[in-house]
Amino acid sequence: MSGAVRAAPRRPAGLRRRKHRRLAAVGLVLAGLGLAVGLFLSAIEENLVFFRSPSDVLAAPPPPERAFRLGGLVEAGSVERGGAAMAGARPEIRFRVTDGANTIQVVFSGVLPDLFREGQGVVTLGRLGPDGVFRATEVLARHDETYMPPEVAEALRRAGHWDPAQGAPPPPAGWNTLNPRGGGG
Amino acid sequence: MIGEAGHFALALGFVLSLALSVLPLWGAARGDAALTEAARPLAHGALLAVASAFGFLVSAYVANDTTVLSVVQNSHSLKPLLYKITGVWGNHEGSMLLWVLILALCAASVAAFGGNLPSAFRARVLAVLGWVLAGFLAFILLTSNPFERVWPPPPDGQGLNPLLQDIGLAIHPPLLYVGYVGTAITYAFAVAALIEGRVDSAWGRWVRPWAVASWSFLTLGIAVGSWWAYYELGWGGFWFWDPVENASLLPWLAGTALLHSAIVVEKREALKIWSVLLALLAFGLSLLGTFLVRSGVLNSVHAFANDPERGVFILGLLLFYVGGGFLLFALRAPAMAPAGLFAPVSREGALVLNNLLMCSLAAVVFLGTLWPMFADFLFGATVSVGPPFFNTATFPLVVPLFLAMAAGPLMPWKRAALWPAIERLWAAALAGLAGFVVALAIGGWNPLPLFGVAAAVWLIGAAATDIADRAGLGRTSLANAWNRAKGLPRAAWGAAIAHAGVGVCLLGISGMGFASERIAALSPGQAVAIGAYEWRLEGVRDAAGPNWTSRRATLTVLRHGQPYAVMEPERRFFPIGRQTTTEAAIRTNLLRDLYAVMGEEEGGRAVIRVHYKPLAPLIWIGAIVMALGGFLSLSDRRLRVAGGARRRAAAAGAPA
Repeated sequence: MSGAVRAAPRRPAGLRRRKHRRLAAVGLVLAGLGLAVGLFLSAIEENLVFFRSPSDVLAAPPPPERAFRLGGLVEAGSVERGGAAMAGARPEIRFRVTDGANTIQVVFSGVLPDLFREGQGVVTLGRLGPDGVFRATEVLARHDETYMPPEVAEALRRAGHWDPAQGAPPPPAGWNTLNPRGGGG
Repeated sequence: MIGEAGHFALALGFVLSLALSVLPLWGAARGDAALTEAARPLAHGALLAVASAFGFLVSAYVANDTTVLSVVQNSHSLKPLLYKITGVWGNHEGSMLLWVLILALCAASVAAFGGNLPSAFRARVLAVLGWVLAGFLAFILLTSNPFERVWPPPPDGQGLNPLLQDIGLAIHPPLLYVGYVGTAITYAFAVAALIEGRVDSAWGRWVRPWAVASWSFLTLGIAVGSWWAYYELGWGGFWFWDPVENASLLPWLAGTALLHSAIVVEKREALKIWSVLLALLAFGLSLLGTFLVRSGVLNSVHAFANDPERGVFILGLLLFYVGGGFLLFALRAPAMAPAGLFAPVSREGALVLNNLLMCSLAAVVFLGTLWPMFADFLFGATVSVGPPFFNTATFPLVVPLFLAMAAGPLMPWKRAALWPAIERLWAAALAGLAGFVVALAIGGWNPLPLFGVAAAVWLIGAAATDIADRAGLGRTSLANAWNRAKGLPRAAWGAAIAHAGVGVCLLGISGMGFASERIAALSPGQAVAIGAYEWRLEGVRDAAGPNWTSRRATLTVLRHGQPYAVMEPERRFFPIGRQTTTEAAIRTNLLRDLYAVMGEEEGGRAVIRVHYKPLAPLIWIGAIVMALGGFLSLSDRRLRVAGGARRRAAAAGAPA
């Protein structure tokens, strides 16, 4: 400001132009940023995918049109490979996901990732049907057998079945009979 | 012994880079020629030290030296030699060392090829690179020492994640890191210019080749990574909007903006302040990518606790370099006089639009990538942001980008009229329409991919128009136009080819929209079909490799009922580490891919998933074409890094 006043008698037109251009530049940058934020806000609301544990789902079932991620452990002995009735048919896999306190039935049609195992952590993406069965469109692949998805670990901890400080989780077959909080060992 | 030598070389490199970061700056400030010139030998010395540290680590891997912890955790004596070597950068410590090695290489190449730069400016650029080098060497020495020893040594290593035992890993990280680290050079040029308080068209000319080189390598690196995910992960997709992928896309977007705005600085001396800002931003985003990937902060904030030390250290480096850069920027930018007036509709205006859209894209991707982290901090909600968000949010920005990209190069500098530029694009528009009709006839009504095909053909057509226009095709004889086209500057060819590469890549991405997929549980003799192609399962047998065993399916592909090819997808089992990987079988003719994956076996049946992917190979061919365009403009005499010096020497009539 003071610079402009001091220099004003010498080159008023050039300075005014320069000021205008600086204003235009700032306006342009703000417009770009505004555009980006606007697009972000308009798209994020509909496309945000929440993570839910089986207990969360039973407590407050998401509407059928809303995709979300269901995670937990694949309950031991729950995996059925169906679709074998018809030759060449699309294979259908049914399994249950548990967080120790509750379980949700999941149906998935497709090729399971390499590290899908009973008793291992799993994260699936899909929608909850009106019958309470979760229809998964994606079973997320993990690259490492020792890896426990952090969301799953958190869900188990909240259900009171596992303290990560005490090492690997107990076998999921007996999870529903475990005494919440009393487990561990 | 190898471990100690390597550790020592690293420490030596750190000391040399500290000297590099201080002495030349001092020399340049005091006008001491000897100290100023010390920048070059110091940069070469730092490279030598870091390169020998890297060499020692490689030799520890090759010799399977189990006294080195990194070898124990990531290697095994039974691993093939190639993967022993590439395994060096398949883990945090080793890849960090590769990162620093490439940074040292960049500094040394500025020292070697920066002959056209004024001595004081070159010294300042090298000193800034010295700062970055010293910071990351300290990071390695303090938190991620690749030469950490184990005593007593275990009998053998634990093996490498089998997904990483692949030729993709051999080339993907080095290419990507050259791109990432290349942004450090443009950053150093920007900071050096801010220290001197002077940005002019010469600065634009100096910085442009480095921006183009870094961008070309980053393009290749991202493309190789995407190709690797395509064939190795067996999902059949090429881009998943995964945080790690986005981390590489962000500096690419900023780098693309920079290399365009640097043209305006060089030719018209406008957008100077903006270009400096972009250079700072590009490096900041590349460091942010390093931070996100290394700290594990993106899976969940809780994973941050796994290694707080490393994450905090990189965050500190990021804040120091980028914060320092911005501070300097805030102090110096107001004093820089803008120059080079232009009308909104002009070549400059089109390049400003490019920058605006590129930066908006980067902002959207940035917000989407980091949102899970913010949501966890702010609301304690575990959320993820997937492909639907990115597709929805980037689409409105990409459409005007493709429209403007075609018209921009046809506009004259300073002041243009919109209509003549659009008028010259009638052939490209016609070609786009033809592409739309052909795709509609073959693939059926599928609006988004159809418009993608039209835009892709339009872009390629516009690039051809650009060259034809410059050659004067239609205004002069064919032979004359051909000669003029051959005589066009390579930078012009490079730009047109890079733009056409975007079109080719977009053609491939649009083709993915027409892809079809089928899954079936097949007994031997049964088949599954897509269109004219039929995959018949012949049988599943055992196979074995150097460190794996596998179940391999043999599929006969029939085309219109005639035997066409044999595809053998398999599932590999790696006993060391007890892991399974899916090896997709891909049959390509460069215009479409046949893709087959084998799933689980159950009761004599194997789950087989097959894909028919029209135009898919063009995604990566397009990226290679883009990078080729970049390299071609690098070979332009006017852009060559040492070109100016040679020309000046020739003008003075004395051999330099």
